[in-house]
Amino acid sequence: MNGKTFFALFSRDVHVARRNLVATLLQTMLQPLMFVFVFGQVLTRTGMMSASYKGILLPGIIAISMTMTGVQAVAMPLIAEFQFTREIEDRLLAPIRIEWLAVEKILSGTLHALVSGAVVTLPARWLLGSGLGISTDHLGLVLLIAVLVALFSSAGGLTLGCSVGQTQIGLMFSIILAPMMMFGCVYYPWAALASFPVLQKAVLINPLVYASEGLRGTLAPQYPHISTGAIIAVLALMDAALVLAGLWRFGKKSVS
Amino acid sequence: MAVGIRTRNLRKVYSSPPPLAVRGAALSGGFGKKPKGAKPPNVVALDGLSLEVAGGEIFGLLGPNGAGKSTTVGILTTRVRPSSGEAYIGEFDVWRQQVQAKRLIGVVQQRPNLDFSLTAREILLFHGAYFGMASHERQKRASELLERFQLTPRADDLTRGFSGGMMQRLSLARAMMHDPQVLFLDEPSTGLDPQTRLLLWAIIREYNARGKTILITTHNMEEADALCHRLAIVDHGKVIALGTPAELKASIPGGYLLQLRFSSAPPALIERLSRIPGVTEVRPNGEGIDVYADRGGSLISEIVAAAAESSVELRDVHISEPSLENLFLHHTGRSLRQ
Repeated sequence: MNGKTFFALFSRDVHVARRNLVATLLQTMLQPLMFVFVFGQVLTRTGMMSASYKGILLPGIIAISMTMTGVQAVAMPLIAEFQFTREIEDRLLAPIRIEWLAVEKILSGTLHALVSGAVVTLPARWLLGSGLGISTDHLGLVLLIAVLVALFSSAGGLTLGCSVGQTQIGLMFSIILAPMMMFGCVYYPWAALASFPVLQKAVLINPLVYASEGLRGTLAPQYPHISTGAIIAVLALMDAALVLAGLWRFGKKSVS
Repeated sequence: MAVGIRTRNLRKVYSSPPPLAVRGAALSGGFGKKPKGAKPPNVVALDGLSLEVAGGEIFGLLGPNGAGKSTTVGILTTRVRPSSGEAYIGEFDVWRQQVQAKRLIGVVQQRPNLDFSLTAREILLFHGAYFGMASHERQKRASELLERFQLTPRADDLTRGFSGGMMQRLSLARAMMHDPQVLFLDEPSTGLDPQTRLLLWAIIREYNARGKTILITTHNMEEADALCHRLAIVDHGKVIALGTPAELKASIPGGYLLQLRFSSAPPALIERLSRIPGVTEVRPNGEGIDVYADRGGSLISEIVAAAAESSVELRDVHISEPSLENLFLHHTGRSLRQ
């Protein structure tokens, strides 16, 4: 691998992200924070939800913010750059194997997702107010799970970005991302699906389930959650599968 | 030392639609809606293309849309995987030693593919960084190129709003940024105004004068004639003629082409036409007759006389002087512009 070239490709993505900082922050944070306000404040204060719901919600919100940011940070620019303008061509001609460009995309998406997780946590905590019941006893595990979540989101973004055309972006949101969000155990623990046994098993293919449950199990372990050991194992497997799929799709897409 | 280009027996068969950058008019016809269960159409873009370009040469690939020019450039620049055959930049096998090959080349694609998230200057600076240039060296070279390509006033603007000509100039500046040994220019002057085209030609000649190898694809005869030391005429994925522009033009029988249309074309007329002194070849061509000869207008009175003897009427005459267009027509039976 050519370190200088890799670093230059990465610097280019950081430079563009910095230029689009405000738009990126709005895109990343607004929706989860509105969810936090409506579900965590409006519904709990009016007594429609119990106050303990806040502790269930926060890990889910962090998971969904990270996942959506990682996917979008990689997939959206790639979809545009692989269209007829072929904006990516100059980077494909850089003196480095093209697989490294895909790895660079995954790295930059992973960082995007981690930053988004960190950035959304503070205002969300503030919006939720007191009585959260969030524990910081397992910070090491929280970080490990956060990294695994960030990685699957960016590798998933790479796979999607190299598989979806510009005209199918709307479809990608409605048939892939929207069901992922709704059935990702973001707003409820996985155990709550017990009364829908088929659905409870079906959602296990959704990586967001493991993201939400993993963060819930480490940040708010007092609520029901899937075992953390299993979460880490499944996330690691999904990461590996999505990285391989992403690299394969990228190779297919970039050479004719 | 100047770096050459070599291909041997290159074949490329597309089984899925090629990307727009290498899709010529003739290729696109094979794709579209296909019946359910049908195999994807195989489109042969290159059919055993062999080339040898010497280091320091300006070499032209001349041919109509879909002849395989862009696919050739695509393979030589690592962007298209050959179905079979070999391609080398200098001593490096383009497919097996991609990174080494990419270090030696600069590429200007047919369509400007600038990084729209960056300003013109940033495009050059990042490109230099991809090739490991030091920071001060990048800054200096970027400023020089922006100046040379008359882009300094817009250097710090995002490129999305640039005109086609500006994008093309910036694409060439970018390709030259890391001072590559070999420059690929795919239809460099398509859509450019005459002034910009002349600037481009001057810059290409300057670059070549420094010992760099340049491969140009074009369907513009004037460009091929003005710039190229040697040319390969390509059609249906094969080289059909090769030589200097002068050699190629001299190879057309007679040099002049008279395209004639008569009320009818009986064999007796063809016979009479071929007996006129100076006529080297007579070819019936659809409704008309193409006459290759060593002179042009002075043949008309004899042609009219031959027509009168055969009791047919001469309806239309078009005379072209020796040109690459005629050469192409002679080899393929169709015009470059078709």
